[in-house]
Amino acid sequence: MNKTAQENQFFGGAIWRTLFGSATLEKEKSDKAISPFRAMVQKEIADHIRSWRVIILMGIIVLTCVGSLYTALTNLDKLADQKNIENAFFFLKIFTVSDGTLPSFFVFVGFLGPLMGISLGFDAVNSEQNKGTLSRVLAQPVPRDYILNAKFAASTIIVSVLFFALSFLVMGAGLIAVGIPPTAEEFLRIIFYTLLSVVYVAFWLNLSILFSVRFKQTATSALAGIAVWLFFTVFYPLIVNIVTKAFKPSQYASEVSIYLYEKLKFSLMQVMPNELFSEATSTLLTPSMRNLGPLTMEQLHGTIPGPLPLGQSLLLVWPQLTGLIGVTILCFLVSYYLFMRREIRSR
Amino acid sequence: MGNHVIEISDLTKKYGSYTAVDKLNLTLEKGEIFGLLGPNGAGKSTTILMLMGLSEPHSGKVQVCGINPERQPIEVKKKVGYLPEDIGFYEDLTGLENLVYTARLNGMSDEKAYEKATSLLARVGLAHEGDKKTGKYSRGMRQRLGLADVLVKTPEVIILDEPTLSIDPAGVKDFLELIVQLSREEGITVLFSSHHLHQVQQVCDRVGIFVKGKLLAQGNVNSLAKQLFSTSAYTIEAEIAPNGSQENLGTGDSQIQDLTNQIKSINGVEEVKSNGNKYIIEGNDDVSTEVAKTIVGSSLGLSMLRRKEYGLDDIYYRYFEGGNPDE
Repeated sequence: MNKTAQENQFFGGAIWRTLFGSATLEKEKSDKAISPFRAMVQKEIADHIRSWRVIILMGIIVLTCVGSLYTALTNLDKLADQKNIENAFFFLKIFTVSDGTLPSFFVFVGFLGPLMGISLGFDAVNSEQNKGTLSRVLAQPVPRDYILNAKFAASTIIVSVLFFALSFLVMGAGLIAVGIPPTAEEFLRIIFYTLLSVVYVAFWLNLSILFSVRFKQTATSALAGIAVWLFFTVFYPLIVNIVTKAFKPSQYASEVSIYLYEKLKFSLMQVMPNELFSEATSTLLTPSMRNLGPLTMEQLHGTIPGPLPLGQSLLLVWPQLTGLIGVTILCFLVSYYLFMRREIRSR
Repeated sequence: MGNHVIEISDLTKKYGSYTAVDKLNLTLEKGEIFGLLGPNGAGKSTTILMLMGLSEPHSGKVQVCGINPERQPIEVKKKVGYLPEDIGFYEDLTGLENLVYTARLNGMSDEKAYEKATSLLARVGLAHEGDKKTGKYSRGMRQRLGLADVLVKTPEVIILDEPTLSIDPAGVKDFLELIVQLSREEGITVLFSSHHLHQVQQVCDRVGIFVKGKLLAQGNVNSLAKQLFSTSAYTIEAEIAPNGSQENLGTGDSQIQDLTNQIKSINGVEEVKSNGNKYIIEGNDDVSTEVAKTIVGSSLGLSMLRRKEYGLDDIYYRYFEGGNPDE
């Protein structure tokens, strides 16, 4: 975790600078020159923290998480009575339990994550262009991709700090309320879950940075990001439903054709990044989840119901994780392609 | 060759079928102030973008300080300061912070960055506004901060794209003086693009006239006049005082005719127009002394002799207002 330590170091520097202004900067002077890239990341983080946008986003996310934490904690005692196998992972329940009034923590993160990613990135490049600062920065001796990379790194750092803080806060609150410390495996599962959330938000962030490179107006790029998000959460499942209905085999069809049908439905759903994320997170947070796509009776034959060890759960979500990272890299690639050889006019 | 800071040869840039810059050839010597004068849309900014490696040429070669900006833009940007047409700053940062950020992008340590930024702010006359947010700066202040921003990296060349746009006249004067001072004191080569001829005339050692992607002429203001007004680089206005009274007006007429012929025979005179007592003599050389001698030597008296000099104004209007003369 050497990288995180490094990130925290300059993240801390940026907060310090933001809170205490230039007076402390005088004292902070050092002889060492920092690399231009770090200077850019520092500036971006400072900008984000000062902006109302991030404050509002943090407010929304913290509030909803407090809400879901509250419902989870009030419902935990009911769960404790049930003598089922899942009670072995009591602590993870804090993240997944809901009584139906408010969604659970992980559902909330899955819902608000894209919003956060889009709102952190939608004006990354085009607002600089509109303010006329892009050509000024690019007239300095820095490689052009530093702009994209610094924007991405800064926002990812913000997101990861926020998510890790939230996860640890939820854990801490759970610890106080329940009184049972998490096992090492539960702790690791939560860490992996948080990492996965960061990757998920990073995807949306990258997508919105891509739109900010492509579209000149910030409103257009924000709208494009939201459109993609809405498409995948609302319309795409609908379309998949309509399409797969045409192939639906009859009740009496052979097992193979039913299996193939389910397989088709499953793979069509896999295109959605939000589906990938929710599959991966629910697998990580519910150890009893043994599989993600459809299974045949033969495959199920002889299985002993019980939770999977962490390594197996990770193996199960590996395709989902690589898928998310792959789409993120694809977005990056397209932004690079659009940005690197573009002519930069002053305004 | 060593003294050529900027070398442009056969540079062409096309946007689709539209040619923005057409086979441009230009060299800038070290330490000179070169004015790129042209109307809007002539391709000045495009040329500058290509010098900075912010746009790719269609064909032709560009060398800035011996480096190709298309291949090694970062090396060029280390040596060249560029003040874009409408410079933007991070408005929620102070002027000082903006400069410090630029300094850090140039790889300076915090301490050096602060030193440099503070001294530059003083240099451009913004010492007391350094702690103000740039969002509250006036246009003129922003432009001066922009100049400071360009100077942060101690450039060898500065490229200013329409730097005086929408600053008030007093501000323009200060700004231009600052540029001249900088260039003279630190030997910085300046490329200055503008469509304000007076400003260009005021500060530039050499001027290039740039119209529709082509450099029509270049040189200092006098030699430009020679190039562009090839037949009439010098115009002399003379007024004669007819001696004698109204009665021998007839002889006066013939005297005037004689004089006209005499002046015409002077070496270098191209055309003589007379209008009553006034002569307008166009020549391709400075013939005022000869003309004066001839008039005084004749029986007519000389009451006024004036050499008319062509300013950039005339050059400008001849090119941009009066349509394109044939080359």
